[in-house]
Amino acid sequence: MIAILQFAGTNCEYDTKYAFEKLGQKCELIWHKNDKLPENTDLVVVPGGFSYGDYLRSGAIARFSPIMKEVVKFANSGGNVLGICNGFQILVESHLLPGAMKRNDNLHFISKFHKLKVVSNNNKFLRLLSNNEILNIPIAHAEGNFYINEDGLKELYDNEQVILKYCDDNGCELNPNGATDSIAGVCNKTKNVFGLMPHPERAIDNEIGSIDGINMLKGFLN
Amino acid sequence: MIKVVVNISLKFGVLDPQGKAVNHALHTMGFDSIKSVRVGKQIVLDMQDDTDENILKNVTLMCESLLANTVIEDYTIEIVR
Repeated sequence: MIAILQFAGTNCEYDTKYAFEKLGQKCELIWHKNDKLPENTDLVVVPGGFSYGDYLRSGAIARFSPIMKEVVKFANSGGNVLGICNGFQILVESHLLPGAMKRNDNLHFISKFHKLKVVSNNNKFLRLLSNNEILNIPIAHAEGNFYINEDGLKELYDNEQVILKYCDDNGCELNPNGATDSIAGVCNKTKNVFGLMPHPERAIDNEIGSIDGINMLKGFLN
Repeated sequence: MIKVVVNISLKFGVLDPQGKAVNHALHTMGFDSIKSVRVGKQIVLDMQDDTDENILKNVTLMCESLLANTVIEDYTIEIVR
């Protein structure tokens, strides 16, 4: 069962539910004031949106919602957690993922399809993709400028925690938002918590531009 | 009641996209003397009075856990008596 969190201001929960249901999964929306995750939860998804209006910093206030205590517990006991866009920001603020988010370098809200390159498929999320495979996935954010200091960056590379980068059609790095090393997605050291700014749940149907998100989300399924 | 002013800014060395844009705009206006601009935020707390030591301890805890993201931000705390 996939638990999809819902904060005040979340707006991608139904897209996420639709995508996983299309893959044959049972999903449940979990309101952020709940203090328990369903017992049969296999994966927690923190979906995109603007929790708490992005007040103070994106994800900063959502982190203190009752459900997040449970998510931290779930993650620390090895449970799989995926944060998409605002969900990534919330996981970073919760210290489940390293680094921090800054405003995009050009200060614009960027909403468009962007190519991504798989940097490491040695994890549950991207295991169905090949390294260096190029994907076409939409991005939609104003604060996706992922920042990490030099020591932290080295650690990410050493542990294969950099999983996705922004690139052009040929796979060369192309940086839309100023993120350190064009990083679009990372995971934690134990490779059970994942975060990415792009929206795989919006790339599951050729009619809306891409199906490259399917093999990402499928990675979590058995 | 007492006022406590928390100033938050991006750490030195972390590029500040907003500061850069404001700097650019000021130069466009002809303020050529400006070398760089940093944009931060100020949070003003009205609190019950207490000893400076207690206030500082509590507000530091607030900054470390919520008000600032210490990965990229620095903060200062000023108690206004």
